[in-house]
Amino acid sequence: MSAATVHAWTGRPLGDLTIEALRDGRSGGDDFRISREQLDVQAAAAEAAGHPQLAENLRRAGELTRVPNERVFEIYAMLRPGRATWAELDRLADDLASQDMPRVAAFVREAADAYRARGIVRPSP
Amino acid sequence: MRSRRFERLAERPVNRETFIRPWPEVGLSAIGSPHDPRPGIAIRDGAVVEMDGVAAADFDLVERFIARHAIDVTVAERAMSTPSQEIARMIVDINVPRADVLAIFAGCTPAKIVEIVDAMNVLEMMMGLAKMRGRRTPANQAHVTNRKEHPVLLAADAAEAALRGFAEVETTAAVGRYAPFNALALLVGTQVGRPGVLTQCAVEEATNLKLAFKGLTSYSETLSVYATERAFVDGDDTPWSKAFLGAAYASRGVKTRFTSGAGAPALMGHAEGRSMLYLEARSLLVTRAAGSQGSQNGSISCIALPESLPDGVRAVLAENLIAMLLGLEVASGNDALASHSDIRKAAKLMLQFIPGTDFITSGYGAIPRPDNMFGGGNFDVSELDDWHVLQRDLRIDGGITPVDEARVLAARERAARAMQAVFARLGFPPITEAEILAATGAYGSEDMPDRDRVADIDAAQSLLAGPMTALDVVRALDAAGYADVAANVLSMQRQRVIGDYLQPSAIFDRDYRVLSALTDPNDYRGPGTGYRVEGERWAQLQDLPQAWDPRHYGDRLAASGAAGWLVETGPAQRGSGREVVVAIGPAFGEAITRTIGGLDHRAVLDAIVSGIRSEGVAARIVRIHHTSDCAFIGHAGAKLSGSGVAIGIQSKGTTVIHREDLVPLENLELFAMAPNLDLDVYRHIGRNAALHAQRKPVPPIPVRSDNTARLRLIVQTTLMHLRETRSVRRDRPPAELRPAAEPAGHAGGAADLARPGVATAGSVEER
Repeated sequence: MSAATVHAWTGRPLGDLTIEALRDGRSGGDDFRISREQLDVQAAAAEAAGHPQLAENLRRAGELTRVPNERVFEIYAMLRPGRATWAELDRLADDLASQDMPRVAAFVREAADAYRARGIVRPSP
Repeated sequence: MRSRRFERLAERPVNRETFIRPWPEVGLSAIGSPHDPRPGIAIRDGAVVEMDGVAAADFDLVERFIARHAIDVTVAERAMSTPSQEIARMIVDINVPRADVLAIFAGCTPAKIVEIVDAMNVLEMMMGLAKMRGRRTPANQAHVTNRKEHPVLLAADAAEAALRGFAEVETTAAVGRYAPFNALALLVGTQVGRPGVLTQCAVEEATNLKLAFKGLTSYSETLSVYATERAFVDGDDTPWSKAFLGAAYASRGVKTRFTSGAGAPALMGHAEGRSMLYLEARSLLVTRAAGSQGSQNGSISCIALPESLPDGVRAVLAENLIAMLLGLEVASGNDALASHSDIRKAAKLMLQFIPGTDFITSGYGAIPRPDNMFGGGNFDVSELDDWHVLQRDLRIDGGITPVDEARVLAARERAARAMQAVFARLGFPPITEAEILAATGAYGSEDMPDRDRVADIDAAQSLLAGPMTALDVVRALDAAGYADVAANVLSMQRQRVIGDYLQPSAIFDRDYRVLSALTDPNDYRGPGTGYRVEGERWAQLQDLPQAWDPRHYGDRLAASGAAGWLVETGPAQRGSGREVVVAIGPAFGEAITRTIGGLDHRAVLDAIVSGIRSEGVAARIVRIHHTSDCAFIGHAGAKLSGSGVAIGIQSKGTTVIHREDLVPLENLELFAMAPNLDLDVYRHIGRNAALHAQRKPVPPIPVRSDNTARLRLIVQTTLMHLRETRSVRRDRPPAELRPAAEPAGHAGGAADLARPGVATAGSVEER
């Protein structure tokens, strides 16, 4: 992957992420996060190399780059067995879909159906 | 009655282990439970509607996930209808490219996969590993932990592990609240030892994720997956929650691999009567379905469970192979203690060590075993040289580089000092000079002073809860003058933005070039292809610090000033009467002055001569120039002896009693184990030779046997014999010898030789 074409989550080119920039505060925290675009590039490379499931995972990851850390933890907690009702998971999926995260949304919806079929959703009140 | 042999066998280390007969109904079978399903698939409208005999409506969570995400329906029917044995043969056929094999496995169900690999013996599976692993260059992973959770020792050990060539280093915390400091110590330490080493801190998932988000770790292999629905739910996860976690890590540019292995479902009580291998095939399909780039498998912490069963170790090798056949990176176990028996442990290791895997161990203890907080430690720091020697013996790259002590000390000290600087700048409890000194030379945590544990835990928790990230560590290192370490830690952060190391089997070299299944693909196609240990790498692996140059050994064999104590007086003559000739080798007392047992040649000669004389027989010394062979030296002496009996002695001390009427390779007595001979034995040899000379009955001399002598000394024997052989003058006849006057300062020994009564060339002339 050529460093010249890589941009961080903030849009900063990789070339800006130097020790000098860090030293005088011109770069910091979010400049060192990967972007959705870059994860899509990696997904395409994985797909081309015969790893379609990894590619799909990297595309889901790309969608999650916009999600704050705390929200990531919350979603994970909801996906654990018996934590959420089917309706809660369905709402979560709607919410994710509305935030331009179609793949993660579909994945959550699939989980909701599977959990309901196998009886590991939290019973509705 | 008891057999003493069976009693001894019962005490062997291997018999401290438990061996059981299979009980398939509860999952205690390695391969081929009668309750394992038959392979089968049905596809309708692009969806799997039946898999291994289960209809879609009855799929459990695991089957549902596999059917939905792992099975490529476009190839499944072809794959499933190809005979399993034919596919197994493709795996070992060097003419079938790796990619063709991977394409078939994209469409295989768990039962089909097991049927295929079960057609293979371990040798074929090893061939499979060599060909099917993702990355061409094999590597290794280290464990770095300690009982005290001492951050300075962790950093020093991490630096040493990185210097030794481990591509990944993982830690954990016995007390979870230490985790942030342990992660920090590994980050700083590894980047001192060797730029580009990946690190992780295996702790509870939420903390783990936070550490990764902060950039304090760069990979995670804590994501356990399970083969059955009940096991998943007991593990408080589902295939979807685990897959989501994998995506979460990737969304922050962090590498992950899932972990599973033979025996875990049985241990959890959820094996459902299936064999360990069948269940692991399911776990691996979950891993692939979730889009994980790789797996840590090979039974891992459960290893002793499959090992209790027949076919268990083959099953564990098979699961490594299955992961590779699914295109997954494999960190192939060998981490938890696999046996009390060194033989069994090493034999099991060879299955991965010889073919090579992405990580031959998923944690080599780069620390003493008691400091291994992963609870096992199949190998530890005390066995590094064994590993080095195995690599050198077999010309195998096991991912560990021999290093010299000075470099290790320098790296450890620098890591400790870098930690001191980081702690000082970030306001953590101070690190003292005494701690740095102790960590630099430490064997383990017992060598470390105790720290204020409460203060460390508080500071560690504030690091976790607060806004600090790896970038603050970079700034601290930079400000403290550790510019190179700062740059290395920063490079690890930049790599998260690029994400090339999210691809399968990725590691970094010291220049942050990614070696992965994409950039360094395994191209093994038989002899002359694939990864070969050559050039610089082979030079590194063979150059053990304890290996020495044999060219200079000979120079140490001659004591200075020793030459000249035996004076040649002319060609040796045939003697007469009651005498024993002592025939010495060409280098004796000259180019070589001690036997291989360390005895001074003068003392040896004196002992032999005094033994001969004790029976009232004269001794005469000749030097044989034309041969260095013990038998021929002795026989040449015998042909000169008045009695027809001679003692032949090589410079290394090997001695023979010979008689002229025997053929050269016969003898009266031979003392081949020179290292075991002492002066009493040489005196006894002289006495026996004198008895032979008088044709008296002679009981043979009992000689101590030492089975390890040859093992210890064959190189030295070879070099001594080489030096003696180089002293050979083919055309020079045997020479009569007379001891020179005693040099000043030489105590005892050969003084006797100069005394009257010893037969010399002179005494021959007198007759």
